[in-house]
Amino acid sequence: MTALWAGIVVMIVGCFALKYAGLSVPERVLNHPATVRAADLIPVALLGALIAVQVFADDGSLTIDARLLGLVVAAVLLSLRVPFLPVVVAAALVAALVRL
Amino acid sequence: MTATDRSVIVDSLGVGLATGAYGVSFGAISTTSGLDVLQTCVLSLLVFTGASQFAFIGIIASGGNPVTGALTAVLLGSRNLFYGVSLAQKLDLNGPQRLGSAHFVIDESTAMAVTRETTRQTRLGFYWTGISIFFLWNLMTYVGAVAGEKIGDPQTYGLDAAVGAAFLGLLWPRLTSWHARLVAVFGAAVALGLVPITAAGLPIILGGGAAVVLGMLWRPKVSA
Repeated sequence: MTALWAGIVVMIVGCFALKYAGLSVPERVLNHPATVRAADLIPVALLGALIAVQVFADDGSLTIDARLLGLVVAAVLLSLRVPFLPVVVAAALVAALVRL
Repeated sequence: MTATDRSVIVDSLGVGLATGAYGVSFGAISTTSGLDVLQTCVLSLLVFTGASQFAFIGIIASGGNPVTGALTAVLLGSRNLFYGVSLAQKLDLNGPQRLGSAHFVIDESTAMAVTRETTRQTRLGFYWTGISIFFLWNLMTYVGAVAGEKIGDPQTYGLDAAVGAAFLGLLWPRLTSWHARLVAVFGAAVALGLVPITAAGLPIILGGGAAVVLGMLWRPKVSA
């Protein structure tokens, strides 16, 4: 089994276990205020890190290229309440066009 | 069926159509990131939680270890645990029903269910949203995956830039307070600082972890 498949299996098991546990555990177990706060923060923190690495990283170094322009376009469109899919397509198109 | 039931179903299908369509961007980005069509479709069928799937392929695309990618993805999926908790009482399910329903616990099915007033309408919102997204998300993943294989290099149509935009689209609705914005920016800054000195994939999980700690320690004076 390749490492890629191993990662996929870890995700399948881990993500299902979280969903199933949520439906099954008694509510008071997870109702602590600190737990609830952490749960709100995790996606925000991870998505922030994911965006930065996705846009600026290039094989272990940092660089500015067309991906940053794509991100700026996405931010402008999101602030104008444009839906997800057109935002993603527009970011890709702008990046592709400036590379021509 | 009452008029309210019908409106719950129509709203749920609307969300299902709009969300399921993103599957095409996931599929295309996944196969240009180095996964094959089968791996891409298995992710959508069996993991079925969009942000985690995007996180995994993003880390693979940047040369990260698949297990680091998977752990980041599972951590991002931890919000589904809390969705399950708020859904459990309102859906009122027995053991086998919980096992069969858990797969459909995602952002959108939760949002369309937890605001309902009765168990019947909670269930209508949850299943119509979750199952309609499931079908369309998988269909569109396949379409995107096949198209992505033909494209090959992610830079060709700017698909590498699409990943950052997709993450920003997922983050945007959560940036409702200055506290959340600061946490996101701090996570980004720590991750960038780590890029030159750690293996690919690690900056994300370490930067994200540091930002969660900061967010827990620094509390805004007025709780939002």
